Amino acid sequence: MNADQARQLLERALDEAREAIGSAASLEDLEAARRGFGGKRSPVSQVNESIKSLAPEDRPVVGKAVSAYNAALGDLVDARRDELQVSARDAARVRDAIDLTEGGHGRRRGHLHVVTQVQRELEDVFVGLGFQVAEGPEVETDWYNFEALNMPPAHPARSMWDTLYVRLGRPEQVMLRTHTSPVQIRVMETRKPPIYTVMPGRAYRKETLDARHSPVFHQIEGLVVDRGITFGDMAGTIEAFTRAYFGPDKTSRLRPSFFPFTEPSAEFEVTCTFCDGAGCSVCSRTGWIELGGCGMVDPNVLRAVDIDPEEYSGFAFGFGLDRMAMDRHDIDHIKTFFEDDVRVLEQF
Amino acid sequence: MLVPLSWLREFAPIEAGVDEIVDACNQLGLVVDAVHEPGRGVAGVVAAKVLEVKDHPNADKLTLVDVEIGGGETTTVVCGARNLSAGDVVPYAPAGASLPGLGRLERKKIRGVVSDGMLCSAKELGLGDDHSGILHLDGTAELGHDVRDVLGLDDVVLDLDITPNRPDAMSIVGVARELAAHFHVPLRIPVARAGDVNGDVRGATVTVEAPDRNPRYVARVASVRIGPSPEWMQRRLTAAGMRPISNVVDVTNYVMLERGQPLHAFDLGRLGGRGIVVRLAEDGEQMTTLDGVVRRLDRSDLLICDAQRVPQAIAGIMGGGASEVSDDTTEVLLESAYFEPTGIGRSSKRLGLRTESSARFERGVDPNGVLQAADRAIELMTEVASADAAPGARDEYPHPIEPKRVTLRAGQVNALLGTELEEGEIADALVPLGIELEGTGPVRTAVVPTFRPDLEREIDLVEEVARRIGYNSIPMTVPKSGEHFGSLTTRQRERRLVVDVLVGFGFDEAYTMPLVAPADLERAGLPAVGIELENPLRAEESLLRTSLLPGLLGAAEFNVAQGQSDLALFEVGHVFLPGAGDGPLPDERDRLGALLTGYVRRRPHEDDRPVDAFDLVDVWNGLVGALRLADARLEPGEQASLHPARSALAVVDGQVIGAIGDVAPEVAARYSLTGPTVAMELELDRLLDARRLPARLRRVSRFPASHIDLAFVVDETVPAARVAETLRTAAGDLLEDVALFDVFRSESLGPGRKSLTFALRFRAPDRTLTDAEVADVRRRAIDAVVANHAAELRG
Repeated sequence: MNADQARQLLERALDEAREAIGSAASLEDLEAARRGFGGKRSPVSQVNESIKSLAPEDRPVVGKAVSAYNAALGDLVDARRDELQVSARDAARVRDAIDLTEGGHGRRRGHLHVVTQVQRELEDVFVGLGFQVAEGPEVETDWYNFEALNMPPAHPARSMWDTLYVRLGRPEQVMLRTHTSPVQIRVMETRKPPIYTVMPGRAYRKETLDARHSPVFHQIEGLVVDRGITFGDMAGTIEAFTRAYFGPDKTSRLRPSFFPFTEPSAEFEVTCTFCDGAGCSVCSRTGWIELGGCGMVDPNVLRAVDIDPEEYSGFAFGFGLDRMAMDRHDIDHIKTFFEDDVRVLEQF
Repeated sequence: MLVPLSWLREFAPIEAGVDEIVDACNQLGLVVDAVHEPGRGVAGVVAAKVLEVKDHPNADKLTLVDVEIGGGETTTVVCGARNLSAGDVVPYAPAGASLPGLGRLERKKIRGVVSDGMLCSAKELGLGDDHSGILHLDGTAELGHDVRDVLGLDDVVLDLDITPNRPDAMSIVGVARELAAHFHVPLRIPVARAGDVNGDVRGATVTVEAPDRNPRYVARVASVRIGPSPEWMQRRLTAAGMRPISNVVDVTNYVMLERGQPLHAFDLGRLGGRGIVVRLAEDGEQMTTLDGVVRRLDRSDLLICDAQRVPQAIAGIMGGGASEVSDDTTEVLLESAYFEPTGIGRSSKRLGLRTESSARFERGVDPNGVLQAADRAIELMTEVASADAAPGARDEYPHPIEPKRVTLRAGQVNALLGTELEEGEIADALVPLGIELEGTGPVRTAVVPTFRPDLEREIDLVEEVARRIGYNSIPMTVPKSGEHFGSLTTRQRERRLVVDVLVGFGFDEAYTMPLVAPADLERAGLPAVGIELENPLRAEESLLRTSLLPGLLGAAEFNVAQGQSDLALFEVGHVFLPGAGDGPLPDERDRLGALLTGYVRRRPHEDDRPVDAFDLVDVWNGLVGALRLADARLEPGEQASLHPARSALAVVDGQVIGAIGDVAPEVAARYSLTGPTVAMELELDRLLDARRLPARLRRVSRFPASHIDLAFVVDETVPAARVAETLRTAAGDLLEDVALFDVFRSESLGPGRKSLTFALRFRAPDRTLTDAEVADVRRRAIDAVVANHAAELRG
């Protein structure tokens, strides 16, 4: 083989390689073509083999031609590889596409009952105001539900609550608690002042179900007993709670009322959350919504748990959780809370 | 308590407007439930007489009406109504007057003619819906006179919600006393001419056999002429919510409303023996009350009897028919008494009979106002029933009740209220309420009138001071002590954690009724026994629940009926079991219940699959992990409500605290739950009381792990967890994890046998394990399982 023959051979081979590489349909085809035109036993390797038998003056010429061939072959392969990779990626894109709007696997999140949510939020607000949280049994004795709360047997104020009695103990000795106030007594029996505690829980009354009343309902109440506690402290604490829970633009006010276990007693009202105090149908155009009752702990209640009313004073307050959840979420019937319709549960 | 303001103003010349009075009542704790105010928004409207009605020159439907508006003055108004003729007296609203809904009127031109105000329909005055024509007033009304007077629109009636501690405020005089003090106007209560306690009562006798129940009894006697009471009295009674009956009965009601003292008039001619005996009833004694009901009495009831001891009234509650005042009555015995409050309350409650009278007696009337109320009634009967009263009064009052004397320390008032009131300010607050203060200086004695039985202690007077200065005038402060901090207890935080685990697993929190019917328990496969209510409202709510499952099953049933058949519900709540509680209290405990029914929906990407009890095992494992329980496992066992062969008991620290499994098919069927349904119930307190692993970091190894799979064939009765436990014990510390990854059964294994394949992962904290080490633990693990569970190692 002489130099011309070698050059012609390489030219022809490059043409064939261009053809083969251009028609390679896959990376595997491309690799086969590369091997066929650049590997052992390929035309270029033949030419390479023959270089040492060429005339010395032809050797550099043919050597250059081999280099040029290899470079051209490499470029062809690279270019085709790029093309193949792009089209493979494009094909994969189409093939592997998913439509996320089809929706998920249907795994569901669970939901806290809306009254639990309100209760937790209130607990957290009061913890922030320095209160602890306490609970007590729902079935109570006359002592905790009435007597220690300054309602001795046959006290007329007992008729303020329609009581569901339980067939245990002496007649009318055991009942479903009509309010969460028995927990106040339990807290004061087991702890010495200072006491700053809120008591959420379930209470029961012999009441026919209507939109706002249920025989089973939920309350939270607070109790503070310490040295030097004043009526002003009660008003200020209720005000602090009002701002923390309802918002800094809301305020509270008190008006006299009567509860056997507090003296002085009050109802407390907060700025109507529907009209911001402007007056609307919800608040009977007063701008205020009655929220609950409160008062200074009656000295008789303190005496019942061996706390000296000359040394300590305190206040208590309480209100309904159901009502709060109803007002907050536009729920118009209290039975909603015990129906457990998942279409409702899942909304909150 | 309905309070017409005109009546109130008889005793206190309050000039304030209705809104101000309403505010005052609310501030004082006499809560205004409603205001019946017929003339609200009506101002400057006067009576005018129609002189002439002419056609409007520019409008067919309108007329021009000339009216005389008093003082000979006349004017012309444009009017659309057609019901007027000369001589009619009508309401005329001149420019400047106000009408409800229309506001202040202005002079304006209507179709080219200036109208000086307007004539009003009933609707325009806010007096109902009649808009068919101009309202006609009484023809004798003085022209130019305000229609508020002519129509009595000023007699606004307040509906007050009186708290049970305030019997005094269940009277017009009592409310007047509060408002007079508030508005700083004098309170004037006319004193009726008194009966002479030694005077003639025409032979009537009074014997009180139970003076502790009836400390005072006053009787007066009068001949009367029965007829209707006058219109003014009827109007007031009606406004105050009572039905006029006859002059004598109306007087007793009138005085009760005015003074708060219930009275009863007996037809003296029908009382056996011209006299009264007050005695306790015999057990089983009966009498028919005015409402025609036969009342069965016992020895706690007090009776007013005639001199022959025949019952004529249940004292303080209701009279009897026999001596009721009728059209034929010519002479009455008027009773005014003070009955001991708790006795009346007890009888009223037991008899289920509450009346205007009992409501006042059970709260406590003024024992020292009894005679004066009788005198006032006799005075009114003289006026409206031509009464001829005997000059005397019988007054059985052996132990007069003295006003209470209460020490009041100014320092204590300020210490409890957080105020800095001067002694004079405290006196100014209390004296207008009828409370006298004796002595001088910071400690004084308050003499409390007997019409305020609620004021017995210093603290009660502190409340009166607070009420009088206004609750909202007391400066707001916060407690000064810094010795307290707010927090949840560990227990409370963990209770939240348990709930959050359930929510994290996709469960919705339910609240089910704690009051159930025996049938509800039976339906759930539980014994129909539990703690019973003494006085349930409904039979469906007659037992306290003993399990959360009936409620959850019921909630599932409800939802399935609504078309929602895939459910994940849980509840945390109390159940009530007999015995073992504190004293007479039941064993009340907190439980966690959970229920799954239907399918886990995974379409379109994967197939839906039915829920199964293993879903609840995940929740159980989640709880065990979240709470770091040291010793918690599931063991074979049966539990009511659940399928006996498809359930397990939850065991913590060796004690059973609940169960997990398929709901028993017959139970599910009773709740119409046709889809797969599984449930779990755990004792929450026991779960939270359980021993815990310390929350210290377990260090992780950086060295490679060795993985080995082992398959054993064991009897069906061998729980997989036991085999895993054996593997753990035998392999020791090098075993990092063991997981069951395949279970299969086939004939080739033999009947009652199953194959369990475990994946074991070995790893040392400090080195790469050698093949020899792994082979050694593998051998030990296999030997232990084979030996302990009669197992064969497979292939």
